[in-house]
Order: sequence, then structure tokens, then C-alpha cells
Amino acid sequence: MTSSFRLPTGGRVDRSTELAFTFNGEALTGHRGDTLASALLANGVHQVATSVRLGRPRGIVAAGAEDPSALVQVEEPFPEPMLTATTVELHDGLVARGLPGQGRLADEPDPARYDAVHAHCDVLVVGAGPAGLTAALTAARAGARVVLVDEQREAGGSLLGAPERLDGAPALDWVAAAVDELTAHRDVRVLQRTTAFGHYDDGFVLALEKRTDHLGAQAPANRARQRVWRIRAGHVVVATGAHERPIVFAGNDRPGIMLAGAARTYLNRYAVLPGSEVVVFTSDDAAYAAAVEIADAGGHVAAVIEARAKAPAHWAEECARRGIEVRTGHVVTGTSGTDRVTRAHVAMLADGVVGPRTGIACDTLLVSGGWNPTVHLYSQARGRLRYDAALGAFVPGEEIDRASVAGSATGEFTLAGALRSGHDAARRALASAGLSTEGLPAEPELPVTDPEPPAQPTRVLWSVPDPDPDAGHGDQRFVDLQRDATVGDILRATGAGMRSVEHVKRYTTIGTAHDQGKTSGVIASGIVAEALGVDVGELGTTTFRPPYTPVAFAALAGRDRGVLHDPVRVTAVHDWHVMHGAEFENVGQWKRPWYYPQDGEDLETAVLRECAAARESVAMMDGSTLGKIDVQGPDAAELLDRLYTNLMSSLKVGSVRYGVMCGLDGMVIDDGTVIRVADDRFLVTTTTGNAAKILDWMEEWVQTEWPELRVHLASVTEQWATIPLVGPRSRDVLAAVAPDLDVSNDAFPFMTWRDTGVAGVPARVCRISFSGELAYEVNVPAWDALAVWEAIFAAGRQWGITPYGTETMHVLRAEKGYPIIGQETDGTVTPQDLGMAWVVSKKKDDFVGKRSFSRPENLRPDRKQLVGLLPVDGDVLLPEGGQVVEVDALSQPPVPMLGHVTSSYRSAALGRTFALALVRSGRERVGQTLYVPLEDELVPVTVTDSVLFDKEGSRRDG
Amino acid sequence: MQLIACPHCGPREETEFHYGGQAHVAYPAGNATLSDEEWGQFVFFRDNPKGPFAERWVHSAGCRRWFNAVRDTATHQILAVYRQGEPKPVVA
Repeated sequence: MTSSFRLPTGGRVDRSTELAFTFNGEALTGHRGDTLASALLANGVHQVATSVRLGRPRGIVAAGAEDPSALVQVEEPFPEPMLTATTVELHDGLVARGLPGQGRLADEPDPARYDAVHAHCDVLVVGAGPAGLTAALTAARAGARVVLVDEQREAGGSLLGAPERLDGAPALDWVAAAVDELTAHRDVRVLQRTTAFGHYDDGFVLALEKRTDHLGAQAPANRARQRVWRIRAGHVVVATGAHERPIVFAGNDRPGIMLAGAARTYLNRYAVLPGSEVVVFTSDDAAYAAAVEIADAGGHVAAVIEARAKAPAHWAEECARRGIEVRTGHVVTGTSGTDRVTRAHVAMLADGVVGPRTGIACDTLLVSGGWNPTVHLYSQARGRLRYDAALGAFVPGEEIDRASVAGSATGEFTLAGALRSGHDAARRALASAGLSTEGLPAEPELPVTDPEPPAQPTRVLWSVPDPDPDAGHGDQRFVDLQRDATVGDILRATGAGMRSVEHVKRYTTIGTAHDQGKTSGVIASGIVAEALGVDVGELGTTTFRPPYTPVAFAALAGRDRGVLHDPVRVTAVHDWHVMHGAEFENVGQWKRPWYYPQDGEDLETAVLRECAAARESVAMMDGSTLGKIDVQGPDAAELLDRLYTNLMSSLKVGSVRYGVMCGLDGMVIDDGTVIRVADDRFLVTTTTGNAAKILDWMEEWVQTEWPELRVHLASVTEQWATIPLVGPRSRDVLAAVAPDLDVSNDAFPFMTWRDTGVAGVPARVCRISFSGELAYEVNVPAWDALAVWEAIFAAGRQWGITPYGTETMHVLRAEKGYPIIGQETDGTVTPQDLGMAWVVSKKKDDFVGKRSFSRPENLRPDRKQLVGLLPVDGDVLLPEGGQVVEVDALSQPPVPMLGHVTSSYRSAALGRTFALALVRSGRERVGQTLYVPLEDELVPVTVTDSVLFDKEGSRRDG
Repeated sequence: MQLIACPHCGPREETEFHYGGQAHVAYPAGNATLSDEEWGQFVFFRDNPKGPFAERWVHSAGCRRWFNAVRDTATHQILAVYRQGEPKPVVA
């Protein structure tokens, strides 16, 4: 592969840089400005990959994102699968190989950084071709804030791939001047290498900017490799150009078969001659330019195979002048070749009948069946499409709010027309964004184009009949090269009765590959329509969905990876827990100490030890994650009366009450303590996981139903640190750290609170218990939490004070039958089901949920009720979630389920295992033996009251 | 992603908001006298029209205030927004 197809002059590549790269193990070189595809073609490499299902050699079909076949795996600088050679910018040290359809994800972490940027503008222009540049210039000159995004490394669009002239000079001079003018505007941002891949409601567009991919190993480590732009635009101008449409024929997938427009791009932009012996097959005028330019550049064009009866006069003359044969009324019916096309089979096509074929030797076969406007972004935003029978393409229908289409994306394929439509779209955009066009001249100042030859209508030809359908090699007329899906596959789908292109797409997989059918989708619609004898316009296309081009998950994730994926909340005492070897449990976003293993203890041993300390001496925990809501205002008590099942207005300042909240349906949604700070002020606690939800719930009622209530709510969860101090010795410890407080039972009884100094810090101490033991809850400002924690810990040392975690807390409360909302409840459990009818006020006329308690469903005697379960074998620990059944042997299913185990622990105090469960008619079943099926046995359990320890409450006062 | 015009803050991204179901369904006072069916209708049933629908929204990641909006359920287009307590505007 030593032959070079690089022309000595011309193109947009920098011949002064030589970039070394490796493809399929072979060392090659190219230039700055190349894509991997153009560099491969310059080295004469046409076969890039093999196909996914059939293993057929595949080459480079297009010069951009629409390429259906040139899939590569990049190995260096970082492994990345499934990239198209046509969109990988060449850089020094690139190592890549062709893919047999599927790639390999990196098995190492991606060291690159990814980021996201927000931008707001009046007008977003997508595409920096002639239409997009004109639109951006027009909007910028009117003073609009403009963002222009373009997927290529430099602006110009189609002008990069064609030797067009504007104002009598090379068109790229005009492009350079336009970009200079745009970048000089203060409120204009031009983003190259940036692909708008999603267009959503209200002018919202996502675009992927590739910042360092083209630098390879030289990419600076401090720069994000890619970033996602989240652009909110007053108006979006879609100037995304058009994709050339191939014509499908047998053997159309061989390397060396390329779209004619792509060949022009390789020739003009990259100065690469796509082949030496060229045949052009077209049903459209545009391909003639490829034939003429290749001939002028020194390639030999053997023939132009013109599917139409007559060649356009201007181009026929140009071909004749260069000695290029034009065979009208002919088509390519097939090809020969192994790794590359070697021969085009050509025959007359009249009335759908293929005549006798002749062969034309070639190493390159260029194809054009017309152009499809790139309507993806327009359609994604729910713009309707209309079929244009003359173009054989779907074009934008009537405009939608906040988006316009310009240039060849509208089906306007002349340069003069593109410039004009870019200007017009910008004017509509300015009007839509509510901006003045006063500063603009009445007549647009557009560059002058060279006269274009009269156009001859395109012949819409989706596919050429297979001249040899019985050859036994299967259909080789590939519609979707990446999926190895053929005309025959489509006909099988319609033959099986499918009538919708969406169904055919899913049956054949056409359009589901990395390219999402950019070259195959409309052809597939056309072939389906022909097969069914319906109008293509009626049939329509499959839906265009984001993303327009593949986007790496890493880019979408941006910085939200690893520790930044989700915020981690820690308490003010967190570092102490870490230093003391705590294992942590995630509760919502909080890290809570789970247990504190000592000397190699496992969870079970540590928890038994922690529980014993709490029941026998003294223990402490960090309860700071409890939700806390400050409720203030003259109507604070009234609000709480309406939201809690029990009465809160009767609570005295200085006292604490436990409360339950229900939804309108009467189901428990949260519980916690309420302390009355003043006549018009309460502090409400919620479960850790429900803090935000309950604040929202209270706000919703205050704002939407009872706006007359004078009450304000604020979260103070993070402001207060909370330290439960538990056990028979807790009073001694508290007395030691709170010298000003009379801790006697008479002076400081159960369910009261006192403000006092703890370890010299102003504190609020509540006498409440979640364990049944004598217990206190010390609340201090979070800032002082560590000092107070350490003081309590030091004061308790003489009684062996033991820090405990959430697991011990769970065991202690479960022994007392205290439910955990979200564990014992699941949104279908009433307070009565929990055996807590006592918490439901009978005095109040109404509160949220009250009316539902008398619904017949909630009065059924066979509702699931909270009970205790004692495994007959006190060593067996039931799994939480285990089903409860009545039968001692599992019969044929269905086996009636009575309920399930909600909590299950090993108890130090009981010297055995126990569980809580929701069981149908549970309270009636106390004393019964039920069964919990495990994998291979039925565990017998005795139903008990839910309170298993110290039923009399004798331990509460110490 | 839609823009939703919070009547207190102005247009903001959809992700800043939470949905609160049908608007103008008042909590029934004196509900003890409602039949089970009437109460069930209030708790569990809401309209589900195709077309303009008055809904409650809350600007939860912004001003945290509830407001009402008329949204066309077929197009998602928000036809009007109005503050809590204001009457439902007439939308064509």
C-alpha cells in the first residue's frame, strides 16, 4: 500500500505536518486536516471493516456522519469502539482498526474529563455552510445574541467539498470573512467540532463539542475532552444540509463504491483522488461534477451511467469535452470484486426490465440517487415532513414555533438559493425571538454566485432490480450496509403483512445502527411503498429521534461520575465515626453509622454488644439525620392539628408528643416527635428519608388548601445535631455533662424537653425514647456537635458508654414493636393496622386521612396487621420480606399468602431471634403457629403481640 | 425540555418543577357527611381530558411556590399560568 492518491496541491490539509498513524497494524501517514477516512483513501486503503452478519468487506461510503459502513475501533490513545472513520480526525499516534460490526469497550477507566455548559441565545444556527453562515451573519448584524454550531473542524459546510465561487473569488474566502465577522461580534459564539444532536421543546438544543479528540495524546489533561452544550435559544435555524441518497443495486456494498458527493469532498477538501478507474452511476445532476472534477484532477472516468433517458445538456457537453462516455437510460445492476470493486455491471433499464449487461472495469464506483435534506433536528422538535416527489425526499413542511430551516435542509440545493434562504430564515428567527430587523438593509447583501446550469429533474430510483435473482447467493442489494439488510429483507417484511415503516424497521433492523439510517431510511420507505403500491408520502418515514449522531455516555454523564454522581451528606460527627471504625449505611444521601465493629467483630456480634450496652448501661448514637422542620406562626398549632392524626394544639410548651401523619387515603406516610417551643412555634421531626417529602407535603397544604393559615415552615435538619443517649445510666451521664439541669424524673419527666447547657454549649434536651429505655435526645447546633459528642462520650466512659449505629437502633425499637415508616409500612398501612389506634384523635372533627378510616376497605377485619413473630427455633433468623403462610406443607400453587416479614433480628435482650410482620387478621392470630417458607423448608413461627420486650414500660423512667 | 413560566419567577426549565395533578379540586369541608363513594371520588379520581387541563405545579427547585397552569395534554403546550387563588383563565 505504497501508492499515494494524494494530489500535490489543493485541499484543506496541511502538507507541512506529517501525522503517523496505524491502521489494522500497518503504519501509515497523513496530514493535519485529514479524517481517518481521507488519510486511508490517500494511502489507497478502501476496505475498512467487515460486515456484522455476513462478514463482507466494507469500505468508505460517505465523507461524514452519514457513513453506514466504515466502522473502526480506536485503540490509542484510549480504546473507543464504533466510531466512523469519516468522523475521526487524524492525529499523530492514532491507532485504529476496522471492526467486524461490533467493537470493544475499554476495560480501564476513562482518564479524560467531560463537562457540560449552558448557553442562552436569541438565535441558534446549526450548520456553518452557506445557509447557516448567512443566517448567523444576518442575525448578528441585527444585534442578536447568536450561537453557531458546526460539526466540522472548520466552517464552510458543502463549500469545503466543492470548488464553488462567490463574488468571483473562491467561496472559502467568503467563508473566512464571514467567520471573522462573526467572531468579532461580542454576542456571537462560533463552536466548531460541535454537533447539535438533540432538538427539544421551546428552543432547547443539546450539542456535543469535541475539544481534544483531534489532539490525541497531546490533549492537555486540564481540558475537558468533550462537553455537552445545553443551549436554550429564542429561535433555532436548522441549516444542516443534505445527505446524498444512494441507489441500491446488487453488490452495492463493495469497497470502492462511494457516494459521488463524498468523492467530491475527498477530492476538493482532502486533495485525495478516490480511485484511478472511475465509473459514475447517477439519476441526478450533481454527480456529473464529481466525474468532471476527477477527470480534471487526473483520474480516469470510464463512464457515467445515467439512469435518466437524457443527460443534462450542460454536463453532457462537459463530459464529451473530457472524453467521458455518458450512457443514458442505463443502470448498474451489479458489481464484481473481492476486497474492492473491480467491475460494474451495466445494463439498459426500461419499464422495470433490465436488458443484457456489459461490464466496465473500475476500482471506484460513484453513486448518486439525489439528495435527502437533513431534517433530523427539525423533525425531532415535532416539525412535520412533506414528501417532495420531484426530489424523492422528505422536506420540512410548515414551520414550527421557534425553529426555521434553511439551505439544502429545505430541499433547496442551489448555492444562491441556500444563501437567500439562510437570510430569510434569520429574518423569521429575529421576528420570532422578538428582535428588531431595523438595522438590516431592505435588500439582503448576499454574495454573488456563478450562474448555475439549468437543472434536469432527478429520477427517483430506490433500487435496481436484481438481474440474477436465482444465482443462489441471496439478495445482495444492501439497503442498510451496517445491518446487512437487503431489499429482499424488506420484501419479506411486507410479504409477512407489515404495512408500517416502523414495523419494517424493527423487523429488518434497517436504520437501527450507529448511523440511524441516514442513507438507508428514505430508500427503505420507498421500497416498502413500491412493494405495497402506496404513495411514499402517505407511508412516511420512521421517526427521527435524538441523538443525531452517537454520543458517549461519558459525555452525557459529564462530571456526574464517581463521588460527584450523587451528593453525599454526612453529619457533623462523621469524622469521629470514621476514626472509631464505624461501618456506614446509606440512608437516602446520608451516610449513617451502621455499627461500630471492634476487634474483628461481625455485624451480628457488634450489634448484640451494642444492644446489651443500651439495655444494661448506656449507649449513644448520632441521630442528626432526622428531618427537622421549624413550624412558626399564630396558626402553627392549627396546621399540625390538621396534618397529624392526633391532637397537637393541646401540647404544652416544654412538652413533646409523638405523632403520625397520614395521606388522604388514611395510610401512614410519616411519624416523629413534635415539641412545642412556644405558643406559636413547634419543632417537628420526620424520618431521615422523608425529611424533604414531609416539608413539601406540609407546604402543599399550607399553600394550596389553607392559605389563610398564618404559618411558615423551614427545614432545620442540617442546623441541629441530635444525639440520643440511651440506657439505665443515661441519666448519670446527662447529669455529668449538664450540671445546671435537674435530671430527676419529677423535674424532667418523660416526653418533656428542657433548654440547658451541655458541655458548655446551649442545648435542647428531650426526654424521649425509641428503645423503651430511659433515654434522652441532646440537640445542639451542628457547629458544636463534635465537642458535645466527645464530652458525652468522655463522661460516660466510667459506665462503658457504647456508640451504636442504625442496626442496633432498629433492633431496640423492634423489640418494643415501634414501626419504622417505610419498613413496617408501604403506603397501604393505616395507624390501626399498626396497632396504633391510640394515636388517632377522636376529639378532632377532621384531619388529613380521617374520613378514609371509615371506608369499608379500611374496616375489614382481615386487613394486614402488625404482629410479632417468634420462630419456634430461636436460632432461626427469618429473612425480611419472607412470606407468611398458614399451611405446614406447600400444596399446589396458589398458596394463600397471609403477609410478610417486615423486620427480623437477633435480640440480646430476648436471647433469641424475633421478627415483626404484617399478617392478615394478625391480632386475632396471636398464639397461632404460622409458617415462613424458606428455600427448602417451612419455618414454624408463633404469632405474638408486636411488643416483645418490657411490655409494661417499666424501664422508661430508669 | 420545556420552559415553564412560573408566575413568580418567569420562564424556567421544566426540571425545576413538580407536577401536582388536577387543579381546583378543593378539599371537601365537612367531609364526614360525604358518602363513601363521594369521598372515594375526591381521593382517588381525577379528570383525564385530551386538550386543555388546569393543573397544579410547584416550582420546587425555585421559589417553592405552588401555582396553576392550563396545559394542553395532547401537545404539552402550556396555555396559561396563574397564581394560587386566581381564577382559571379562559383559554381558547
